Amino acid sequence: MRPILLFVGVALLIAAPFGLKPYGIYLLSLWAVMTIAAIGLNLTLGYAGQISLAQGAFVGIGAYTAALLTTQGWPLAAAFAAATLICFAVGWLLGYPALRVAHHYLAFVTLSFATLVFLVLRNEEWLTRGVYGITGIPRPALLGWSTRAPLDFYFFCLGVLTLVSLVTWRLIRSPWGRAFTALRENPMRASSLGVDTRRYTLMAFAIGSALGGVGGVLYAPLVQFIEPGAFALGLSLNLLLMVIVGGTGRFFGPFLGAAISVLLPEWLRFGEGLYLIGYAVCVVVLLAFCPAGLLGLAERLRRPASS
Amino acid sequence: MTAPVLEVRDLKKSFGGIGAVNGVSFEVRAGEILGLIGPNGSGKSTLFNCILGQLAPSSGEVRIDGRPITGMRPCDLNRLGIGRTFQLLQVFPQLTVRENLILAGQEHRGSMWSRLLGRRDAGLGAAADRMIEFFRLAALAAEKAGSLSYGQQKLLDVAMAFMAGPRLVLLDEPAGGVNPTMLAGLRERLREINAVDRATFVVIEHNMEFVMSLCTRVMVMAEGKLLAMGTPAEVRANPAVIEAYLGH
Repeated sequence: MRPILLFVGVALLIAAPFGLKPYGIYLLSLWAVMTIAAIGLNLTLGYAGQISLAQGAFVGIGAYTAALLTTQGWPLAAAFAAATLICFAVGWLLGYPALRVAHHYLAFVTLSFATLVFLVLRNEEWLTRGVYGITGIPRPALLGWSTRAPLDFYFFCLGVLTLVSLVTWRLIRSPWGRAFTALRENPMRASSLGVDTRRYTLMAFAIGSALGGVGGVLYAPLVQFIEPGAFALGLSLNLLLMVIVGGTGRFFGPFLGAAISVLLPEWLRFGEGLYLIGYAVCVVVLLAFCPAGLLGLAERLRRPASS
Repeated sequence: MTAPVLEVRDLKKSFGGIGAVNGVSFEVRAGEILGLIGPNGSGKSTLFNCILGQLAPSSGEVRIDGRPITGMRPCDLNRLGIGRTFQLLQVFPQLTVRENLILAGQEHRGSMWSRLLGRRDAGLGAAADRMIEFFRLAALAAEKAGSLSYGQQKLLDVAMAFMAGPRLVLLDEPAGGVNPTMLAGLRERLREINAVDRATFVVIEHNMEFVMSLCTRVMVMAEGKLLAMGTPAEVRANPAVIEAYLGH
């Protein structure tokens, strides 16, 4: 059952952009980018149980790294390397408060960090050009394959998403994934069994943040114009919503959650001025009836007797 | 003469001026099973937590094999070969029985990086299966720990403490809430590990029958202090112990 679903999903993703207008392809690409960032947050929050309201800030750091480097003529590969390293290091540092505080206190700490990053992006004009943003971000060419056209760039995003998915799948299926789960479920017991909870907490933050940065590196050439407002707290909350709506701590949760967050508002546009209200109602209803997200709902439907 | 496995010197722990452990000293010799009994609130669990790094003692010293370990983190102590269980059940409900056991051993092998790149079962699949067999949990190996009965989870909890082959294990009320049949089984398992692997135990327990039949020595605590120490028979006959705890 599972491999068939996966196969159908991949086939759909490959076939989907054909016949769509450029805006539709843009939305699919945005979905792929947001899914990458949400996979990172799912690792930090879903598997390791550390709440973060700063994932959008790491997307911002990634996007600005890509924008600044590629507009100076550096290849996007350099931006990937730089953004991954920077976000890994900054995420590691952001993990330190998580060693002292948890739950909503940790949410506040990470929220402050997200605000701090936004203020740096807006105010440090010498580096980021402030509210004017950065324009003319080029799309990459790989071995002669230009990704300038929307369709090509979508497949580029899909390729990176595939890579990120495989690496993450390997990670959560390794002993680390088990240690992350132990950290989430009972840190005291975990440490009494030799699990270095400090190191795993920091790693969960660092890796999750690095994936946020990878998403950001793709975001910049996708939209080709970035400004600080795109990476304000709203994006972090949106990414959190994607993880929760999809199904926290479930591998395919971010894929579904990002689809809801990116595509549902567009499908509701027939409601014109009311479409965002309609979107909000859908989300509230879903979370009220199924706090475990869409995948939690699917699991409940598959075996209704046991629960 | 070799140093005792565990040596506690004048350990004190107070919470906001109220002494929970008021100067306790004792030694545990290799291979023995030391029972720790006493009324509720006498400081038994606090003593465990101070020894194992969950709490920082207010003063005093703890040594393992003659080495001071005061201030070390629980995970580092565990990797030195000291296992424990907690008073309240502590398994990972979302992991299967087998996964719980693998987790309990995986951090003792290789480096963090080898665990990232290595096999999913960290090379512990066979060891976990043996432990499952040993604790008679085979039918439940693939079940999520959260779906087991209380007694079965308790067995798993104890089994996890032994996954890494520890030299010293501190068990906090292993018999609590376990039915008599299962309890007899648990006692046999502990005796066997003690005999075969030369593992040393300290066991907090309220079930007198269990303590007196399992332990080689028994230590009694009352109001944060050591009240008595001796063989099960000596402790049973001690008037101060009868007065404070055992009753008639």
